[in-house]
Amino acid sequence: MTALLLVPLFLPFLAPTLARRTLGRLTPVTALWVLTTSAMALASACVAALGALVLTGLLKLPAFAALGELVHPLRTPSDFLVVPAAMAATGVLTLSVWTLARSALGQARVFRTARTQADRYPAAGDLCVIDSPHPDAYALPGRPHRIVVTSAMLRSLGPAEREALFAHERAHNQAGHHYFLAAAELAAHCHPALRTIRATIRLAAERAADEAAATVLGDRRLIATAIARAALAGQASRSTRPDFVPAATTGPVPQRVAALLQPSERCSRATRFTALLLAACAVLSVGAGATGVLAFHHQVEIAQGEESH
Amino acid sequence: MSNAKDERRPAGELEAAVMAALWAAGAPLTAGRVQTELGSQLARTTVTTILTRLHEKGVVGRERQGRGYVYFPVQDAPGLTARRMHSELDRDTDRETVLARFVAQLSPDDEQLLRQLLEGDEQ
Repeated sequence: MTALLLVPLFLPFLAPTLARRTLGRLTPVTALWVLTTSAMALASACVAALGALVLTGLLKLPAFAALGELVHPLRTPSDFLVVPAAMAATGVLTLSVWTLARSALGQARVFRTARTQADRYPAAGDLCVIDSPHPDAYALPGRPHRIVVTSAMLRSLGPAEREALFAHERAHNQAGHHYFLAAAELAAHCHPALRTIRATIRLAAERAADEAAATVLGDRRLIATAIARAALAGQASRSTRPDFVPAATTGPVPQRVAALLQPSERCSRATRFTALLLAACAVLSVGAGATGVLAFHHQVEIAQGEESH
Repeated sequence: MSNAKDERRPAGELEAAVMAALWAAGAPLTAGRVQTELGSQLARTTVTTILTRLHEKGVVGRERQGRGYVYFPVQDAPGLTARRMHSELDRDTDRETVLARFVAQLSPDDEQLLRQLLEGDEQ
């Protein structure tokens, strides 16, 4: 039982590699769905397993055993194994809940500020322009959808490239990508290995919006140039920032531009199968977690004297 | 882009395009200049209609110049609150998670790679 509960805790470590492979081999929209669903499945299996471990530890305490109406002691492999595991699980779970609550509150505040200010500002269509020397643009979900763009960003792009930017942001809003990003955020707080998946999900959402914009405007190269120009313009104004930390690996922007400069290709059934390893990993994790939790429940019922050995 | 295709676009998208052209110019523009700046095949009358609608909404100001008007984006109190909102958002490093940004920060390697990709494409 306890061994099964450890499976959902270790399987997520395989996920980052599988996630990158998934994004590389499926179309961005499919990849976004597979990645987000898998991340959510891995995260919930992990939380369920941690919860079962915590309960096992608690039911070892006489006070909780009485509260749980246990007439026999709970049968577990060994107290030397179960008690430290339960204590570690309690610590990890508490930490996760705390960071999640902090992040959720912070993000809700940022979102509310952005929303109220955008609503107060009369928009031209769905566009809300901010007069700022920093090139920046983002999609603001909610009702009605808005595209928030700074004046510096508009000035650094040509007319066609501005349309590319708008098409990209409209694609984010129409596809409801913020739900995927929120799910990724939730998963990232459940297991450290899922933090890398969050970055991959963000990249998948951007890729999906890039491809949607390319379909609307009928020009992949135009989207690529717009992204590159916007990123380089942002770079020029950001280089003076003291908090700039260079990343070790290739960032998301060159990957997106490179993908758009390649002709779009259909992937074969074989590569799709390889990519679905991530989904298989998630299913395995959920299966092991569920079996472990059910086994735990069975042990509790035995200890409660409701079922015979 | 064909004339018909541009004229058929939703009104909101056309308003956004006209507004973006005014902001990008950074100086008051006549309806004719807006039409040129848009780089599309919109009819002059369509551009004028959109500019008038934006003026009625209060997002675009206009001044008489010669026989027509020049138009400019309005940057008053609402603009100030928008600026404040941006600095508020800027402080939060986590905002990428709920707000999908067009471009993320680049590392120096990224910057070089990006320039190479663009140069390679232009050749």
